[in-house]
Amino acid sequence: MREQLKRIHDMALQAFQEATEIKDIDDLKVKYLGKKGELTAILKEMGKLSAEERPVIGQIANEVRQDIERVLEDSKKRLEAAEMAYRLEKEKIDVTMPGKARPEGHKHPMSIVIDEICNIFMGMGYEVADGPEIEKDYYNFEALNIPANHPAKDEQDTFYINGDILLRTQTSPVQVRTMEKGKLPIRMVCPGAVYRSDEVDATHSPVFHQLEGMVIDKNVTMGDLKGALAVFAKELFGEDTKVRFRPHHFPFTEPSAEMDVSCFACGGEGCRVCKGEGYIELLGCGMVHPKVLKMSGIDPEEYSGFAFGMGLERVAMQRYGITDLRLLFENDMKFLKQF
Amino acid sequence: MDIPMSWLKEYTPVTADLKDFVEDITLTGSKVEGYTSVAGSIKNIVTGHIKAIEKHPDADKLVVCTIDAGQGKDLTIVTGATNVRVGDFVPVALDGAVLADGKEIHTGALRGVTSEGMLCSVEELGCDRHDFPDAPENGIYIFPQAVELGKDVVDLLDLHDDVVEFEITSNRPDCFSILGIAREAAATYKIPFRYPEITVKEEAAGCAEDMVKVDIENPALCPRYVARVVKNVKIEPSPRWMRKRLRMAGVRPINNIVDITNYVMLEMGQPMHAFSIETIKDRHIIVRNAKEGEKITTLDGVERNLDPSMLVIADPEKAVAVAGVMGGENSMIVEGSEAVLFESANFDGPNVRITAKKVGLRTDASSKFEKGLDPNLALEAVNRAVQLVELLGAGEVVPGIVDNYPNKRTSWELSYSPEWINRFLGTDISEKQMQEIFERIELKVDPVNHKVMVPTFRPDLEAQADLAEEIARFYGYDKIEATLASGTPTVGKKTYEQAITALVKDTMIAEGLCEAMTYSFESPKVFDKLLIPADSELRKTVTISNPLGEDFSVMRTVSFNGILNSLATNYNRRNESAALFEIARIYIPKALPLTELPHEIPTLTMGLYGNMDFYDLKGIIEHLMHVLGMDKVTEYVPDKSYSWMHPGRTASVVIHGEKIGYLGEVHPAVAKNYEIGTRAYLAVLDMEKVIAHANRTVIYQALPKFPAITRDIAMLVKEDVTVKQIADIIKKNGGDYLEDLKLFDVYQGEQIEAGHKSVAYSISFRSTEKTLADSDIAGAMEAILKGLAEELDAQLRDK
Repeated sequence: MREQLKRIHDMALQAFQEATEIKDIDDLKVKYLGKKGELTAILKEMGKLSAEERPVIGQIANEVRQDIERVLEDSKKRLEAAEMAYRLEKEKIDVTMPGKARPEGHKHPMSIVIDEICNIFMGMGYEVADGPEIEKDYYNFEALNIPANHPAKDEQDTFYINGDILLRTQTSPVQVRTMEKGKLPIRMVCPGAVYRSDEVDATHSPVFHQLEGMVIDKNVTMGDLKGALAVFAKELFGEDTKVRFRPHHFPFTEPSAEMDVSCFACGGEGCRVCKGEGYIELLGCGMVHPKVLKMSGIDPEEYSGFAFGMGLERVAMQRYGITDLRLLFENDMKFLKQF
Repeated sequence: MDIPMSWLKEYTPVTADLKDFVEDITLTGSKVEGYTSVAGSIKNIVTGHIKAIEKHPDADKLVVCTIDAGQGKDLTIVTGATNVRVGDFVPVALDGAVLADGKEIHTGALRGVTSEGMLCSVEELGCDRHDFPDAPENGIYIFPQAVELGKDVVDLLDLHDDVVEFEITSNRPDCFSILGIAREAAATYKIPFRYPEITVKEEAAGCAEDMVKVDIENPALCPRYVARVVKNVKIEPSPRWMRKRLRMAGVRPINNIVDITNYVMLEMGQPMHAFSIETIKDRHIIVRNAKEGEKITTLDGVERNLDPSMLVIADPEKAVAVAGVMGGENSMIVEGSEAVLFESANFDGPNVRITAKKVGLRTDASSKFEKGLDPNLALEAVNRAVQLVELLGAGEVVPGIVDNYPNKRTSWELSYSPEWINRFLGTDISEKQMQEIFERIELKVDPVNHKVMVPTFRPDLEAQADLAEEIARFYGYDKIEATLASGTPTVGKKTYEQAITALVKDTMIAEGLCEAMTYSFESPKVFDKLLIPADSELRKTVTISNPLGEDFSVMRTVSFNGILNSLATNYNRRNESAALFEIARIYIPKALPLTELPHEIPTLTMGLYGNMDFYDLKGIIEHLMHVLGMDKVTEYVPDKSYSWMHPGRTASVVIHGEKIGYLGEVHPAVAKNYEIGTRAYLAVLDMEKVIAHANRTVIYQALPKFPAITRDIAMLVKEDVTVKQIADIIKKNGGDYLEDLKLFDVYQGEQIEAGHKSVAYSISFRSTEKTLADSDIAGAMEAILKGLAEELDAQLRDK
């Protein structure tokens, strides 16, 4: 019986090791360990053994069984691994083939700039306001301290519908409309399309975009104006951005200033983008003129505020290196897909 | 305005170098547009003497000169010029020289003869014959007398100056002058500023008051008119120092009298005019409004039509000048003019501006007057002019001044509060420093009562805020400490409308559309291109009265012309496909002519062509409606009402019976009008209505606990039956358990009877309470099939 067991043991081990497919393993398992298998058949003979021999043979039979089971598991793992390796090899694809095209939509570069600037100001507690593009002369000029016959009216090359109604030349009328509502304090920005009678060329368009902002509260100072706009410039152009305020003139602010930012291309060293100046003009700003406050029903003795405004096309063009403004209005897919 | 630095320095001793000056004065509020160093690039051009001229051995048109240019040895220079003779003194560009235009000169062979430099014309020195009337046309400049050899020509001819170009803002007419900028420079550097000393000898006989009479008929438009008379005028070129200054300031020298008026205008900011006195009838100047139909030929030889809104300078018979704009040809100074009347007047700014615009003639004078000049300048200016006449020996000044000044402008007082100014600026500037700043800009200060007297040349100083600006700019904007506003906190967030609009944009982009930007005005011809009927309301537009041209003349009442043009642009440029969207406004007048502001309706427009069809576009809109919570209530109704759309391929988008927009294929004839050579698709949604119907409230529905039963049915119907008709019948008869229905096949073809189509639906039923058995839905299925058969004559196909 010992010899029989040894023979089964050796044969089984060899058979399992030689097996090449998972199916063979299953067959061999049945052949050796199954209810009608060879090992089982031998064990059935155990009853014929003496009482002394029985436990000895029993132990040997158990060891044989365990050995066979161990080899069975090993062989199975070996074959599974081989099968997996084969499958992976067979399933190889050309990963350098292009991916399947997904719909690819893009925001217009102007929208990107507008959204980004609005988000910066919203983070600072400003609301985003809106107003009509076809506007009354009063809101576009008079309420902003630009009375009839003021030369600024000519400088702005206004499109008129009639004597009283025009295409707004600036987004400032939205500020007047906001002040008129009388809800204080005010912290607002208003982006939008504005119109001036400029022939179309690489740097001019009769339609372009501005963003203006205004803060009115008690005790707002010119220092606050500088602080708010410096934060804005750093958010928009980066932490290292420096700002410079130069006195200027706007009818609706006093004192007025223009704000330059250190050139984002050269950092202030002077380059082609900033024409060697190291600074780029970004926006106009100033303390809201007391006359303007009064006209909109706000007491300049109690309240003060600042306002600012900037052209957005220039910001977008500088940021993306666009040299021809007309590209923004052509809507060529090859252009739009770059943003 | 161009300011030559040498001229400015005559009135204030600026020592800073050019670059620093430009920066410093910019920071106190005089904005520099640019600056140049005139003749700054010229190098190595020296005086030389022609010792010999020989014919070029190999070229008929060239000669070979032997030149002593003080270089220790004679130079050989080949030239093609024909005006040089042996013995002439000429400018010589040496080897390595740089001309005014940047061109470098090097020793080199000309037709086999080595030339060690070049002889120069005045043009090569950056000048022209206005600067050097003695220079030949197209030839080498020849010095009028012997000069020391080897001397730098730029120094010798005084060609160099630094010129700074300023942008003068409309509130500072006083800065439209050399003196005005000099005053700002002096205040910037805290250095002295001095006015020119004006003294007139008045050596002629007679008295101006006896020679000239002035009447101002409209003192509102002419607050002051000052006249002086000069006799025995000698017209000749003005001296070179004056010509140089004029040229550096960008004004072309003409003759001594004209140059003097321009010189005073540049220096003091007061435009002047010189009349030939004998052309003024009765020597009687009348300042009056022009008459209806009156004409005048201005100095430039153009006849101008005048109207009664305009002011003219006239004599009893005729207009002799358009006030503040330009003189008339009939009174101009000519050779032999016996006496000259210098006019130094003050005119109303807006009136000059409008007149200049109407006659189409914006001159240096009008652009100064229109800013509103100080009438007190007029007298000083005319005295300065006649002083220069004496200095130049251009004539003899007649004693006496005719000064008609009906509207006197005097200084005014302003109060200020140092506390308010500091609070307004966020600064801590001492009272003493404020006083010192005020004094620097010529305000008289009463420091005890906190009052200033404003000089009449500063009309921009009207209130305390204006004084705060003066303090701020000379204190230094950069010194004001940047602070973050305290005050009441506010929340910055998007309004509901803005949030929905942003969501719509995001969805468009997620669906693969690119955002476009188009003009909001267009040509009225667009309506014809779109086949819009002549009597359509859409043709009632807000029209621009002064457009850039017809193509930009009406505010759009339809949103998609720009998008169609953009599709055409893409098609033209052979882009395989294009998918664009834009949210922009249309402008619908409430009444015409416009009495109130029009209704501006934000509108979503989508346009596409290439690899997409109607159902792609509809899928995009369905997705959008889903995002906005409107999908369950949105209906798509066939619509033939849009002239620019394909009548069989257009649906309006309807919500609760309200049309909010439409989608479909562009009418082939319209596509052709736009030169889009393929099928194009368009969708338009009224954003106001979209926002009104959007519903972003989400209430969670419990997930199903029991399985659904699905039944597929396929039927044969007539081809003009819509799937919506079928779906409506299924929904109507589906019973309580009906959960969903999905169209999964529509087929027309060989196996199908002509004029019919096969439509297949998958219908699912579910209960929230139990697992459904076949028997639970048998009744509903029967009702569905019966309904389809009876109402649509549908024949059930085996499935």
